[in-house]
Amino acid sequence: MIAIPFQNENMDRSLILSKLKVIVANYSHDKDALEYLTESTDFIKDLKINSANLVDVVLDVEEEFDIEIDNLSMERMLNVSAALEIITDKLKEK
Amino acid sequence: MNKEEILTHLPYSKPFLFVDELLSIDENGSVGTYTYDKDLDFYKGHFKDHPVTPGVILTETMAQIGLVCLGIYLTATAASGLPGHVMLTSTAIDFMKPVFPGEKVTVTTEKVYFRFKKLHCNVQMTNEAGEVVCKGTISGMVTNKMNG
Repeated sequence: MIAIPFQNENMDRSLILSKLKVIVANYSHDKDALEYLTESTDFIKDLKINSANLVDVVLDVEEEFDIEIDNLSMERMLNVSAALEIITDKLKEK
Repeated sequence: MNKEEILTHLPYSKPFLFVDELLSIDENGSVGTYTYDKDLDFYKGHFKDHPVTPGVILTETMAQIGLVCLGIYLTATAASGLPGHVMLTSTAIDFMKPVFPGEKVTVTTEKVYFRFKKLHCNVQMTNEAGEVVCKGTISGMVTNKMNG
């Protein structure tokens, strides 16, 4: 009997998204973009996060999810959907 | 890269060079000194007839000795081996005591982290009496280019 992975994955994704939103809120300079955060929200263009604070977002993500983000992933992590994908992948590797 | 070589890589000159000597530097931090020349131009206006070193200059001194020297050292000793430029990205400094013209200060820096090109440091400045003048955190991005 197979469990219900589909539902679990969905729950995980929304949970990850809500945790990610708390993290980026600390560095965002656009309240509206933060309030209406979607998977296509861009950290730099929409949330107005600078490159130094983008590093803080990644370090906070590492701590919150107990994962390690490598340099390549860091360079890709420019919007919410990429961040969700990277976090999900790293959590699977654990 | 040794202490003297790091100083030659600093992108500043008078009147905006605020490092006289590096006492020590390694991958975890740096210690350096600077003596504020009493003839520095800003003393004429900060404040009128009562010269005191501006907080932004103390911050700059900590950034040059702490962040920039350490950033150059860390990039020069990394795999690529090219000394980088450091772009200041944030500061949070508390000021405890005034620094008057002619005073010599010592800056001590501890690296908190250097990841994804961001260098984040705890910094502290002491005067010749050993009293803490100001302290806090400074961070910057270490890049290959001068302005970005």
